[in-house]
Amino acid sequence: MYAVELKEVSKHFGSVTAVNRLSLRIADGEFFSLLGPSGCGKTTTLRLIAGFEMPSAGEIFIGGNEQGYLPANRRPVNTVFQHYALFPHMSVAQNVAFGLEMSGVPRREIQRRVGEALEMVHLSGLGNRKPGQLSGGQQQRVALARALVNRPKVLLLDEPLGALDLKLRKAMQVELKALQHQVGITFIYVTHDQEEALTMSDRIGVMHKGSLLQVGSPQEVYEAPQTRFVSDFIGDTNHLDGLVTGLANGEAAVQIRGAQQPVRALTVNGVRLGQQVTVAFRPEKVLLDRQAQPDGNTLAGRVVDVVYTGSSTTYLVRLQDGQQVMARQQNAAVSPQMRFQSGDLVTLSWPVHACKAFAE
Amino acid sequence: MHIAKTLRRYPALSAWLLLLPAVGWLLLFFIAPLFIVLAFSFMQGATYGGVKAVFTLSNYARVIDPLYLSTFLRSLYIAILTTAICLLLGFPLAYFIATRPQRLRYALLLALMVPFWTNFLIRTYAWLTILRTNTGLINGTLLALGVIQQPLPLFGNDFAIVLGLVYGWLPDMVLPIYAALERLDRSLLEAASDLYAPRSRVFLRVIWPLSLPGVVAGAMLVFIPSLGAFVIPAILGGGKSLMIGNVISNQFLTARDWPFGSALSILMMAVMLAATLIYFRSATHSQARTARSEVDL
Ligand SMILES: Nc1ncnc2c1ncn2[C@@H]1O[C@H](COP(=O)(O)OP(=O)(O)OP(=O)(O)O)[C@@H](O)[C@H]1O
Ligand SMILES: [Mg+2]
Repeated sequence: MYAVELKEVSKHFGSVTAVNRLSLRIADGEFFSLLGPSGCGKTTTLRLIAGFEMPSAGEIFIGGNEQGYLPANRRPVNTVFQHYALFPHMSVAQNVAFGLEMSGVPRREIQRRVGEALEMVHLSGLGNRKPGQLSGGQQQRVALARALVNRPKVLLLDEPLGALDLKLRKAMQVELKALQHQVGITFIYVTHDQEEALTMSDRIGVMHKGSLLQVGSPQEVYEAPQTRFVSDFIGDTNHLDGLVTGLANGEAAVQIRGAQQPVRALTVNGVRLGQQVTVAFRPEKVLLDRQAQPDGNTLAGRVVDVVYTGSSTTYLVRLQDGQQVMARQQNAAVSPQMRFQSGDLVTLSWPVHACKAFAE
Repeated sequence: MHIAKTLRRYPALSAWLLLLPAVGWLLLFFIAPLFIVLAFSFMQGATYGGVKAVFTLSNYARVIDPLYLSTFLRSLYIAILTTAICLLLGFPLAYFIATRPQRLRYALLLALMVPFWTNFLIRTYAWLTILRTNTGLINGTLLALGVIQQPLPLFGNDFAIVLGLVYGWLPDMVLPIYAALERLDRSLLEAASDLYAPRSRVFLRVIWPLSLPGVVAGAMLVFIPSLGAFVIPAILGGGKSLMIGNVISNQFLTARDWPFGSALSILMMAVMLAATLIYFRSATHSQARTARSEVDL
């Protein structure tokens, strides 16, 4: 049995298809992230599960039960809203107590559980404050406590850290992950921050235009993207256009215009001979040198930009045909004669297994 | 240059300068007349209107006369009834409008206000032609059709007055409530239902307390003019059913007893002031009260 299961769920708003035949299974206790660009349907998917929107087609199961048109107040899930949606006229403790009151929990138990929940999010002394008297990070914790105190089967979080500054966000990521571990509740976490998704999730679902493109562990999604969109969206990626001149053993030979030899890349979804394809590889897989490496892929170019970012340096290299490649090198690992400047002629090399060819 | 510099140094000063026209207007046309009325209420009347500058408390002694007191209490009752009916009709209406899509909202608000572009007197006389005892639209039609033998008591009574007042002041109730509801963050309602609240609880615990400032403003905007109304009761009360506003206007225009009219005015204003203070206090209090959980924490 799954904590949440979506079967062919679609949602249309007039002529807009916000969610398109989405199927998804989320296991009990899993930290699942929905990742995708703005407008891809993440929030809508979450709202369908919460019961704020009803699907145009398809079925939604929570804990094995079909939800049908069950209203939000009768579903065993709770939501942490992007802007927290704390009740401004109630104190922090009243906010946290609200769900328990509504489900008729006895008064003594409410007091105890509210106290525990506030302790869990480190807000013990602030129960009598109004939400307006709290900082953004504290409000975020109240929203979390208000949802978790009900011990839902599933917690839905819509970009819960979106309104926090970078440092606080990083701290809360760690805390949230630890909390999820502690309470063992299934988290469905919406974000458009790929780094956040990669660091926190057990599995990630990448969405694009209402559809789920790929579901997998952070490593799978990062290392083995199934589509050009996924490889592009998650992390920095180099893309080179070329023509398939050979196919063998799940590898394609792709001729980049002006290159001395073809680039070899793993083929993904049915690449054909003579086809125009995109070759994708990560900047950190690219080695920069003055002469060619013996094996793997090699291309020559000229450094056009050098961006120093502390722990690493990113070089922008222009190939003969004008296409550009990013190469990222860890500064600590590189000897002084391997540092380059704009205008230097260099060779780029990267392993075949870290390189994929996507049909357009 | 010099002035601009001074103003920049003292921001409060420029705020006061901006207030000056309004303050001047209020002093001249509101505060000054108020003090004149207050002064008149302690003077003796002259024979043909006007006042004699002789101090007396007799005007206030007459105010307590059962005749005037009962009119006053009836006016209070009518004003409270009007406010309550306006609230019962106005809140759902405001809620309906506030939850429509943006463009429909503006259309509905416009529709709410359009009737009030017609002159107030004309609208009140229109009600007269509808409600009048024998020849009014309703009674006339029903009598002619033989549905009723006796005209219905639609005119010249409290019913007609309350109807006229509700009709006249409903938008003043709807608009502030609408403003409060429109500001209400929809995600708060979703949060409440996400936390297992059925619709009735969402209303009682979230919508109502957060719209209370609008409700209080609307109630005041309806109650105060209703209490002092004199055109509507004069026309729709048919000369039989009067409110305190009519008594006051009679004292000035017919009986020519300015000091007594002034005393009645002061009394009425005192009640309005008291009502306003109670409203404000209850607004802050009841908001705190509804906010308090059923469980004390
Ligand atoms: N109530 C609605 N009425 C009409 N269209 C809607 C509604 N809600 C969402 N949409 C549309 O559905 C699509 C998906 O919206 P959704 O809010 O799910 O995106 P999202 O992935 O959460 O984006 P973001 O990262 O910006 O929050 C968008 O094109 C949006 O305009
Ligand atoms: Mg969203």
